[in-house]
Amino acid sequence: MKIKKLVKKTLFKGGTILDPVNEKSFKGDVLIENGKIAGVGKVSAKNVDVIDCTGLTITHGFCDLHVHFREPGREDKETLQSGSKAALAGGFTRVCVMPNTDPPIDSPESVRFIAEKGAECPIHIHPIGAATKGQKGKELTEMGGMAAEGAVAFSDDGLPVMDGGVMRRVLEYGGMLEKPVINHAEDVCLRSDGVMNEGKMSTKLGLPGNPVEAEGIMVHRDLELAKLTGAKIHVPHMSTKQSVDHVAEMKKHYDNVSAEVAPHHLFFTDKDLYTFDTQLKVAPPIRSKTDKKALIEGLKNGTIDCIATDHAPHTIEEKETTFDLAAFGMIGLESCLGAVMKVLVQEKGIDLMTVIKALTVNPREVMGFNTSLCADKTPAEITVFDAGETWEFTKNNIYSKSSNSPFLGESLVGKVKYTVVKGFLTSL
Amino acid sequence: MSLKNRHLLGLEGYPAEDIQTIIDTAFTFREVLDRPIKKVPSLQGQTIVNLFFENSTRTRISFELAQKRLSADTVNFSASTSSLKKGESFKDTVQNIEAMKIDACVMRHPTPGAPLRLTEYVDAVVINAGDGTHEHPTQAILDMTSLQEKFGHIKGLKVGIIGDISHSRVALSNIHGLITMGAKVTLCGPATLIPPHITDLGVKVNHNIDEVIAWADALNVLRIQMERMGVSLFPSVREYRSLFGITTERLAKHKKEVVIMHPGPMNRGVEIESAVADGDQAIILDQVLNGVASRMAILFLLLGGKAES
Repeated sequence: MKIKKLVKKTLFKGGTILDPVNEKSFKGDVLIENGKIAGVGKVSAKNVDVIDCTGLTITHGFCDLHVHFREPGREDKETLQSGSKAALAGGFTRVCVMPNTDPPIDSPESVRFIAEKGAECPIHIHPIGAATKGQKGKELTEMGGMAAEGAVAFSDDGLPVMDGGVMRRVLEYGGMLEKPVINHAEDVCLRSDGVMNEGKMSTKLGLPGNPVEAEGIMVHRDLELAKLTGAKIHVPHMSTKQSVDHVAEMKKHYDNVSAEVAPHHLFFTDKDLYTFDTQLKVAPPIRSKTDKKALIEGLKNGTIDCIATDHAPHTIEEKETTFDLAAFGMIGLESCLGAVMKVLVQEKGIDLMTVIKALTVNPREVMGFNTSLCADKTPAEITVFDAGETWEFTKNNIYSKSSNSPFLGESLVGKVKYTVVKGFLTSL
Repeated sequence: MSLKNRHLLGLEGYPAEDIQTIIDTAFTFREVLDRPIKKVPSLQGQTIVNLFFENSTRTRISFELAQKRLSADTVNFSASTSSLKKGESFKDTVQNIEAMKIDACVMRHPTPGAPLRLTEYVDAVVINAGDGTHEHPTQAILDMTSLQEKFGHIKGLKVGIIGDISHSRVALSNIHGLITMGAKVTLCGPATLIPPHITDLGVKVNHNIDEVIAWADALNVLRIQMERMGVSLFPSVREYRSLFGITTERLAKHKKEVVIMHPGPMNRGVEIESAVADGDQAIILDQVLNGVASRMAILFLLLGGKAES
């Protein structure tokens, strides 16, 4: 990976331009001048650095609504800087970082800390603030002050807001501020000590199961409470058919609903846990074939708006242990495009536009970020990838501080070549 | 005469002919155990470590006896006396033991999958002596050896497994083994202690103990763990005894003499009445002896012991 400052004029020449806002795909060039868009289409310019994009796809920079960069508190796993590199490698120019750090991001001061440190990073980093103090699910945080410091949404991610009464207050208050509320949907009583999907596989492996209802019931509750309060709800990392069904149903009656799915839930099934591979231990768990199918269908028909990685770095020691002790989560930024293109485009024949929208315009709309990235004078946020390249994901492709990935050794389709953001060009 | 798998981690997918080979070999070792000098030199010079990360009395003693009867050198490791308490990782512990040049590990661990993990860290043959709520293959093999001894065959036998199926590695290994060997299995116990997807494994579930007794040739009665009570998995001992307890009164209602097994340790007066445990229908102590013989057979076959001339 090479990161260098863009020269005065750079021309991305002869690629397929995929515009997810206008849903158009055409051959052409992109000219960037002083870090800003200066021409899209047939562009002729003099005194430019030319980047040959023959056979490559040029599109908006990807935006991930769900990453854990572990700063402050666990800088041994990831920092805002190291996470940014992982993002650039995956074609992401913009991410929202979850507040479950140590200490959690639950005050205007801590939001400012992330915003200031994020500003020094080579990508755009937006803090998500905790919904309750200490993520304890009891008292509201100072959301107004946090929003003023740059919090784009509120969530206790990693932990659910279990108390329905508190969740209602969070939605009312977050709704007043017109910020989305994101709830880690998992009923902890139903989940109990479950460490994988409850089903034939958990029964065979003797591992405590986590039933799909633990998520579905919580998603249903949150959707009903969002409708009651008029707030904007964003459902993170959906893993079950039940959740997809609930979101699809609510979307018929209520507009302020969006949902995301993680690449690992689209790629794996619980059958892949037959070797007790701790890299596949994640919350919510990898589910059954039926659930995977429903998630893919949900993304295809628009029930699910976004693909978000839930990038969750952990140390080797936290994963190289027995299944019960292993940490939940996996990194996902570097492998995201290759994983989702393999499953969705190559295997299921879903059109590339749908997939790219879920990585670009849709997440930006959820957060109210600018989506007109092709407009003249817009600061350039561009990702260039080879849609046809089949490649093996190895440790060399990882830029995160951690390497806990179940995709290691997997064959993926679609590889990021260049990422442009904040006036810098990353070449891979 | 050798087995297809280098390790014995579980009976899921384990070949029927290998299970049969182990059982047949166990019977030859039963003869050895009946001799005045109960020792053969089959595993002389081989070193086996018993890695017990969880308390065990009978399984550990059974394995140790089997190893001694085969003239192997044995070392015991138990978590309570080990460096695990000093914070050493699982990986470091097993690699340290491996570095001491051993031929086989017998492992008990509270976590499902731990023996499989062990095979990634060490070169030795690994035998699972119980991994959490996953499998306990040597127990299932000794149970099947006992059934074959009693009935002369396993195929077609009707076996009821009674009690806490959800938390039982004995049940899971027995289910896999018995189904593979052509027996029929019905599970009976409180609905809260039977995993919801268990019928996917080819077994039936019936919560009526009297119907299961009427149907079965043999009952494998599992220990009820008292710590499960009070976390609302079952309400009380009295309730359990009246719905699922194996009593003489209950057995007397049926003409057929059903064979009673129990992997031990028993809660007399809870899942099994003393009179039943000590009665003629029970083969519980035969199971214990077959346990030593079956484990001798497993060690012998996996470690390539020389057949006795």
